[in-house]
Amino acid sequence: MREEIYPKSLRTLPREKAFYFFTSIGNYTGESASSLKEFMEKINHVNIKSLEFHLYRGDFEKWINEVVEDKKLAEDISKLQKANPLGDQLRNQLHMVVSKRYQQLTIGLV
Amino acid sequence: MDLKILEALQEDATRTYMAIGKSLGVAHSTVFDRIKRMEQYGIIKKYTAIIDAEKAGTKNIVAIMTIYTDPKESEKVAEKLCNAPEVLEVYTSLSEELQIIAKVIAENQESLHMFIANSVAPLPGVLRIRTSIVTRKFKETQFSIVNDPKKLTFIKETNNKNGGNKRERRDLSKKS
Repeated sequence: MREEIYPKSLRTLPREKAFYFFTSIGNYTGESASSLKEFMEKINHVNIKSLEFHLYRGDFEKWINEVVEDKKLAEDISKLQKANPLGDQLRNQLHMVVSKRYQQLTIGLV
Repeated sequence: MDLKILEALQEDATRTYMAIGKSLGVAHSTVFDRIKRMEQYGIIKKYTAIIDAEKAGTKNIVAIMTIYTDPKESEKVAEKLCNAPEVLEVYTSLSEELQIIAKVIAENQESLHMFIANSVAPLPGVLRIRTSIVTRKFKETQFSIVNDPKKLTFIKETNNKNGGNKRERRDLSKKS
C-alpha cells in the first residue's frame, strides 16, 4: 500500500541506473538524470541533438519502462516518437508528456 | 649487447639463442643469460603474436575515447578503464583539462555505445566523453628498440648528411 502513497517511479536511482545523455554514439554530454524529476528538468536544457538521438533510438522509452518502471509514461513517449517531432517541438512535447505524468504521480503527495 | 638482443627479439621472437648469438657474434649461452636476466627484470614483459585482425576475419570496431575528468578522480577512472576487457590502451593527458585517452574495441557501434553509456559515463568524476570511431588504419606498430627516438634522430641526421631518404635501420643500429 505504501507504493500508492509514494509511486516507485518517483524514486531516486543509483548512479549506475541513471540516464546519461549522449549526442551521438559514445559522445556523452556530461548531463545525467537520476530520477524522473531530474529527467524532466534536464529535458529543458540538454542539447537538442541529445534528445533527438535518444528519442529515435528508443532509449527514453526503454529507460522509463525498464529502469524507472513507469509503463504509462513509456507508452506516451513511444507515441511521441511515432509523431517524429524535431528540434524545439520535440523538446516542448517531450517535456509536456513527462511533466504531465510527473504531476499525475505527485498529486496528493505533499 | 642487451639492446641488440632486444632488437633481434623484436624483429623475430621465434629466433633461437643460437641464431641470435650467431648474428651478433656472441655465444648462445651469453644470449640465453642476458635474455633470462631481462625477463627477470621485467624488461622483456612477454612474448606474443601480432595479429592482423582483418585477415583473421574479425569485424570489430576500434574507437578512441577522450574522457574529460575531475582531476581528483582521474586516476580511479583510469584504473577502472584498465580493468575493462573492451579497453585496449589507457593514457592520461594534460592539455586545457585533464583527459584520459583510451582505445576501445567493440563488436559494433551499438555495443560500443552500450559499453560507454553503462560502464564509462557512470564512473564518478567523468565530466564528458568524446568518441571517435576509427575508420581506417594507416599505421600501427609496437614500440621497438629500432624506433627509439634517439636512433630516429640519428637516422634523420645521417640521411640529411647523405642527402638520401633510405633508412638502413639495421646497419645504423649496428654502428650505434
